[in-house]
Amino acid sequence: MANENMANKQPLPALTAADFEPVNINERESEVIKRESLTAWRDTWERLRRNKVAMSGLIALVLIIIASIVGPWIAYWVHGYDYRTNDLLATNQPPSSKHWFGTDDLGRDMFVRTWSGARISLIVGVAAAMIDLLIGVIYGGIMGYFGGRVDTIMNKFSEILYSIPYLLVTILLLVVFKPSLGTIILALTITGWINMSWIVRGEIMKLKNREYVLASRSMGAGTGRLLFRHLLPNASGPIIVTLTLSVPSAIFAESFLSFLGLGVQAPVSSLGSMVENALTGWMFYPWRMLFPAVLISVIMLAFNLLGDGLRDALDPSLKNK
Amino acid sequence: MGAQLGKNLIEVEGLKKHFNVGNGKVLKAVDNLNFFIREGETLGMVGESGCGKSTAGRTILRLYEPTAGSVRFNGTDIYKLSPNKMKAMRRDMQMIFQDPYASLNPRFTVSDIIGEALDIHNMAGSRGERKKRIEELLDLVGLNTDHATRYPHEFSGGQRQRIGIARALAVNPKFIICDEPISALDVSIQAQVVNLLQDLQERLGLTYLFIAHDLSMVKHISDRVAVMYLGKMVELADSEELYSNPIHPYTKSLLSAIPVADPEVEAQKKRILMTAEGGGPIRSANEKTEETTLVEVSPGHWVATPY
Repeated sequence: MANENMANKQPLPALTAADFEPVNINERESEVIKRESLTAWRDTWERLRRNKVAMSGLIALVLIIIASIVGPWIAYWVHGYDYRTNDLLATNQPPSSKHWFGTDDLGRDMFVRTWSGARISLIVGVAAAMIDLLIGVIYGGIMGYFGGRVDTIMNKFSEILYSIPYLLVTILLLVVFKPSLGTIILALTITGWINMSWIVRGEIMKLKNREYVLASRSMGAGTGRLLFRHLLPNASGPIIVTLTLSVPSAIFAESFLSFLGLGVQAPVSSLGSMVENALTGWMFYPWRMLFPAVLISVIMLAFNLLGDGLRDALDPSLKNK
Repeated sequence: MGAQLGKNLIEVEGLKKHFNVGNGKVLKAVDNLNFFIREGETLGMVGESGCGKSTAGRTILRLYEPTAGSVRFNGTDIYKLSPNKMKAMRRDMQMIFQDPYASLNPRFTVSDIIGEALDIHNMAGSRGERKKRIEELLDLVGLNTDHATRYPHEFSGGQRQRIGIARALAVNPKFIICDEPISALDVSIQAQVVNLLQDLQERLGLTYLFIAHDLSMVKHISDRVAVMYLGKMVELADSEELYSNPIHPYTKSLLSAIPVADPEVEAQKKRILMTAEGGGPIRSANEKTEETTLVEVSPGHWVATPY
């Protein structure tokens, strides 16, 4: 096989010295970098943009956020009712041009209630995630940076807190305090930050022995510079992913608590309490359950798709593992 | 090299660094080091992987707190300095790291990496001054000044190592510990970096502690060579003397492992093998280990006894 190929080939023309010409290599010139300089964030964004699934999650989220801000507003402007305006002559109406998502059992407009419920869910989700981030980064940062005995004691404390059933703590808190937006956020964050602190701890422990951190120390850098210039920026990838994935779990927890009647109280709407309300007549008025239930699912799906996409974009080596 | 040798810049005395490894055992990573480095001199430090070379280097810079002993820089014991004075002292002592891929913060631009030391020690009065100094340093190590806005991942290993060298030089240090600066580089690049280091030494009057396990390279660059084995120094001599007249059995064994670039000689060569006695450097906390002392067998040639 190989011999046949060789035989069929034309013999190469002989090379002479005239075929070569010296290339002037200036060492400095040969080191010029042609590629456009991209920061780590630009690089991440370019990778995320090419991920269609994650981008559809991001677009869905942006649309939902816009709708939850302007939706109740538009309905007020067009029809003149808000989330508490009830029309007892028009209860349990199917979707129509007057009530785009129909009405509930008290004749309240479902379109307004769904979007203002989504607004509450998003506020709870984002606020809880932000508080988790703040506590988790501080607590986890201290554990990871100092290590040793400090780490052992603080880690044991977080493990003990984590071992208490989360629903029990939440329900107890909501029974003791009056259910409100603030109480729900408190209840969700009281154990919610632990996961974040473990992620931060692991990252800091991994990074603090890197040679560039040692180099900075050998130049006399203090704790603040090491933490905020070297350690946390390099740990930001896993932190952002954890943050993105903790928003939907907080939204789900809020909906779940509202479904149990422990969430925000009537007449304020919440996606969970709307589903719970719709439960009694869902065979006759399915739209009352359909809209809030679908919206919860879409919000959670969108956050999860975005979170997965961010993880791949921030650390391409993790993909396909 | 060797002509302008002056007073002792670094004096290491009884330096020990032990790590607790649990179960009441300690790892004696560095055990009783004694040596000095003269101003303008290069002291090579060789030994197998895990013998404590890097730990010794990091302890001398006080990146690790020592278990015992002292390091005097120009007569000042650096372990007794307050945090503020230590910070000032760090301008005189710098380090070049082994792995050029791990030693540069991936989120910093080159100018941030080199400029960090200037910021820490407030050495640049204005933005323009800082930029000028960074360009000066890039030029000094043979890099393009346009590279200042680039990120480390855009460079090759050799270029990264030069960025690391520029970073170490930013504070005008007198003494630099080179912790295996060439072992992660391609052979053709190794020569470039070593030549750069020698050139900088001549131009800036630097003193080096050159840690490596490439014996021929150490012979090439060092005035004197110290051999470490299991955390202890076993032999210290001028490099010519050490390579031609090794006395300690470990040194002999180590030198017999140098590859020769001639297959026939290489085939004839006889390796001197050595068996580790006493089970390595991990000991229980209160176990007495045999103390060795350095004896001067000929002027400037020290050997640990008993062996």
